[in-house]
Amino acid sequence: MRITRDEVQQVAALARLSFTGEELDELTQHFDTILTYVDKLGELQTDRVEPTAHAVAVSAPLRDDVVTNTSSAAQTDALLANAPSRKTRFFRVPKIIE
Amino acid sequence: MSHHALTIHQVQEKLRSREVSAVELAQSVLARIQATDERLHSYLTVCAEEALAQAEAADRTLANGPPPPLCGIPVALKDVILARGVRSTAGSKILEGFVPPYDATVTQRLKEAGAVIIGKVNCDEFAMGSSNENSAFFPCRNPWDTGRVPGGSSGGSAAAVAADQACAALGTDTGGSIRLPAAFCGIVGLKPTYGRVSRFGVVAYASSLDQVGPCTKDVWDCALLLEVIAGYDPHDSTSVNTPIPHYTTHLERGVSGLRIGLPQEYFIEGMQPEVETAVRAAIAHLQGLGAEIVPTSLPHTEYAVATYYIIAMAEASSNLARYDGVRYGYRAAEVKDLGELYQTTRAQGFGSEVKRRIALGTYVLSAGYYDAYYLKAQKVRTLIRQDFLNAFEACDMIATPVAPTTAFRLGEKLADPLTMYLSDILTIAVNLAGLPGLSLPCGFDQHGLPIGLQLIGRPFEEAVLLRAGYAYEQDHDWRSRKPPL
Repeated sequence: MRITRDEVQQVAALARLSFTGEELDELTQHFDTILTYVDKLGELQTDRVEPTAHAVAVSAPLRDDVVTNTSSAAQTDALLANAPSRKTRFFRVPKIIE
Repeated sequence: MSHHALTIHQVQEKLRSREVSAVELAQSVLARIQATDERLHSYLTVCAEEALAQAEAADRTLANGPPPPLCGIPVALKDVILARGVRSTAGSKILEGFVPPYDATVTQRLKEAGAVIIGKVNCDEFAMGSSNENSAFFPCRNPWDTGRVPGGSSGGSAAAVAADQACAALGTDTGGSIRLPAAFCGIVGLKPTYGRVSRFGVVAYASSLDQVGPCTKDVWDCALLLEVIAGYDPHDSTSVNTPIPHYTTHLERGVSGLRIGLPQEYFIEGMQPEVETAVRAAIAHLQGLGAEIVPTSLPHTEYAVATYYIIAMAEASSNLARYDGVRYGYRAAEVKDLGELYQTTRAQGFGSEVKRRIALGTYVLSAGYYDAYYLKAQKVRTLIRQDFLNAFEACDMIATPVAPTTAFRLGEKLADPLTMYLSDILTIAVNLAGLPGLSLPCGFDQHGLPIGLQLIGRPFEEAVLLRAGYAYEQDHDWRSRKPPL
């Protein structure tokens, strides 16, 4: 196996995911199949190859430092309307600091 | 012929001569959805009321002429593309209750062009899949055989257009998600060059690969839709500020003198013989019209699927970190603290394929594995892109099949994720290289299932692909065959 069940569980925690025992068994199996398949890339010599992040060269565009979106109470309300839980004009979450 | 069965250019004439009203057209399409969608499940949300109101407005514009290019045309949106005030799910439970307060740039451009947004169509959850079976709601079916998949991830977009449930649709394509369903459903689908179309307001999957593109009944309609949605957008820094050609006016220039490359690696062992025969016949037809066929090679093709899945999963794990149950969408009930809120929300809200990709993406980006997987894949991506650039020195476009087989059966590839990933073997390299790819019908197999031809072009040369597709289409009437619904 390329990866152990414990390692998969650690990765899941990093990604803020949780799995049942059965799901974890299956996922470990899938990790193994997929990682074995992608090991194929090791056949290629790439020491002198530059990595490609974007196929079309893109650079961060610059613009004048001026305000382009003025926020209004109506806009804030429109965004907050999607909140699963809110209190007045804030998103509400379980208590963080004891 | 019923109004809903017409192409955009056919119905455009009738709308402009006032033979048909936009309201009648919208009603015809809505009735068609009503009559067929119980069997197909193309739609996640039908916007009947809003569509009829937009159609009424279109009729007023048409009466006062001259109308904008898509005035009164019903268009469906893949459910990863936001439309203001309309529930958007991305095919996922985790976006439960989410109603976007703004339009995606492509939606806004469609509306400015007069289009009627008829509804939001089904897709694999977060556009992750090749069969549409990863939709968190229900799988969409192939109109040619409802026991088979429409292809994914833009399965609803392709099925809706094939079944005349919309005049056209928009999809997204990260590794073949427009072209594969277009081929499986017998319609025209285009993945534009990376940077050609804005992704602002489109739910992100793998940002260095995602593109929005048209799904249409023929090549002319595809050219028109691209003309409307293409172009620079300050809200998407990857959109490119280059002139947009008038794609529709260049269609009739033919293929004489065009050099079409045939890559040996794309006619693979195990390919369904009827697919190879149909694709080779289509290429021979283009040769008969004056194109020159040149053999070519893309030697790193066999590494494309592995490269794609490392890069796409890595980018997905980062993009999908935003779904945390705090600001919008689903939130798990009865949790102790914030950490548990994130974890339980994501465990309950995401489907298994999405979780698998997030977990694998997190793994390939993690300390100790980054160089071996992610960096390695980015380097191989350079080699794959270089293959195409080399090939394009001796040819103007490349022709291949879209997929090694016609549409497969529901459930056939679900158990083994790797087998499913290999469905995209002939489309994926195009995304890695950022190139435009056109999928168009070129025949049927013995079961009456459509076969797709893929034309791949140089960056920003969509016009050449559309020209060749149009020339081929003028001599083939595949579209007159309709799915048995």
